[in-house]
Amino acid sequence: MSPAVEIRGLSKRYGKLQALDKVDLRIERGEFFALLGPNGAGKTTLISILAGLALADDGEAHVMGHCVRRSYREARRALGVVPQELVFDPFFTVRETLRIQSGYFGLSKNDDWIDEIMTRLDLASKADANMRALSGGMKRRVLVAQALVHKPPVIILDEPTAGVDVELRQGLWQFVTQLNKDGHTVVLTTHYLEEAEALCARVAMLKQGRVVALDTTRNLMRSVAALRLQVWVTPDRLPSSLESGAVKGADGSFTIPLARHADVADAVVALRSSGLEVSAMRILEPDLEEAFMRIMSRQ
Amino acid sequence: MTGFQTLLYKELLRFWKVSFQTIAAPILTAMLYLLVFGHVLEGRVEVYPGVSYTAFLIPGLAMMSLLQNAFANSSSSVIQSKVTGNIIFILLPPLSHGEFFWAYVIAAAIRGLVVGAGVFAVTLFTSAVPWPSPLWALTFALLGGGILGVMGLIAGIWADKFDQMAAFQNFIIMPLTFLSGVFYSVHSLPPFWQGVSHLNPFFYMIDGFRFSFFGVSDVSPWLSLSIVGACFAGLSLGCLQLIKAGYKLRR
Repeated sequence: MSPAVEIRGLSKRYGKLQALDKVDLRIERGEFFALLGPNGAGKTTLISILAGLALADDGEAHVMGHCVRRSYREARRALGVVPQELVFDPFFTVRETLRIQSGYFGLSKNDDWIDEIMTRLDLASKADANMRALSGGMKRRVLVAQALVHKPPVIILDEPTAGVDVELRQGLWQFVTQLNKDGHTVVLTTHYLEEAEALCARVAMLKQGRVVALDTTRNLMRSVAALRLQVWVTPDRLPSSLESGAVKGADGSFTIPLARHADVADAVVALRSSGLEVSAMRILEPDLEEAFMRIMSRQ
Repeated sequence: MTGFQTLLYKELLRFWKVSFQTIAAPILTAMLYLLVFGHVLEGRVEVYPGVSYTAFLIPGLAMMSLLQNAFANSSSSVIQSKVTGNIIFILLPPLSHGEFFWAYVIAAAIRGLVVGAGVFAVTLFTSAVPWPSPLWALTFALLGGGILGVMGLIAGIWADKFDQMAAFQNFIIMPLTFLSGVFYSVHSLPPFWQGVSHLNPFFYMIDGFRFSFFGVSDVSPWLSLSIVGACFAGLSLGCLQLIKAGYKLRR
């Protein structure tokens, strides 16, 4: 069975900028996958090539086994894209927008599904409102609905929660999680790494057009980020046994790297036995943000 | 509906929703031209024997309005979609370059035809113009609307901002339409400008269209038809190539 997304040797240059540099990537069907990287890393370029919005200089991209150039019709039918920019057509109402989008895919009797996605995205009450009259959050929901009108097996969300309030963000994730459970492959780019950590089982990190990390979210966090103990002590120093690798923070705390949870007790004993008073402490679990920062700084 | 039919429907709905601006306004503008030029020049200029100046002017005005509005439709739709970014809603679906092309061009030609027919309808009260020979009139109207629809599409694809679009319109489309013999017969020009006029494809659209009303024209309608048809074919092929290559659409 062909994977949901398969990219081989994909390169794209804009003037002097190498936006993508021989990228290989394979996303299996049914995955909830995160594509992470700083601004300008090539995430949007990669998505644009998959969606046919940009043309690669070299390499191949397939969606559900269909080449995005040679079999563009099948590839585009298999893909739903929620773009990063908040774009809309000011001439139409929400329902017209969705009917027209549906029609572009050759689906004319699609009202039942359109009603369902409007209900699930809480858009039903705005069905006959003009797009211009909607708030930013509502417009974002319409963009999601537009990406889903043709029930694509693969859904790409390009920073869907940028500038979106907490309520919509949670509602959106519930909806997308349900879509993933229903069998849709979901590819997500976001700057909110805790979202990717909570939702995505696998992560690719891009930097300057290259994939610099590709693994399950768990492995990435474990292998790159460490368990740490943050302490505030008086007097303001650490015993020599804990000094190695410790970092002093601007808030006066020390962050001490630990190999495992059992080491917490040893660290506390070392602090007490050297006569230091611990005024506060907390355990910092490895997280994706930490892993991301480390990977980006070392490459 | 197929993807092509939907895009065509959307393009029609787009101008229909603002029909005051897209249909009524250009008809009124044509009426003002007719009122002013007709009043000033009636009785002073006789282009063809037995044809009053007002009668001479009406087919030209109808065709000029048709051409300008066909151009305005496809060009404004594409540039607006590009500038606002909603062009992606058309680029993401599985529409072929041919479907994309024909939907915009047919919608543009239809808007041109509606405006042109509107201009003709409101001039009926002058009872100055005979009924045209429908086959010739429709052929030139369709080809003229098609050519300007294609030009609008090319301009919309090429322009990155409204300023460039305005330049295309003001420095190419406007001179070509005004110097095409809408308000005069090119035979009344000095030989040099007559020669220049014959290089203007718009001249053949107007001249051929006018022939369908009066049965007389500056050049043979068959010559006009050949030139207009060749222009349409050439521009269409060029435009189809641009869309197929994704020029300024798929980067």
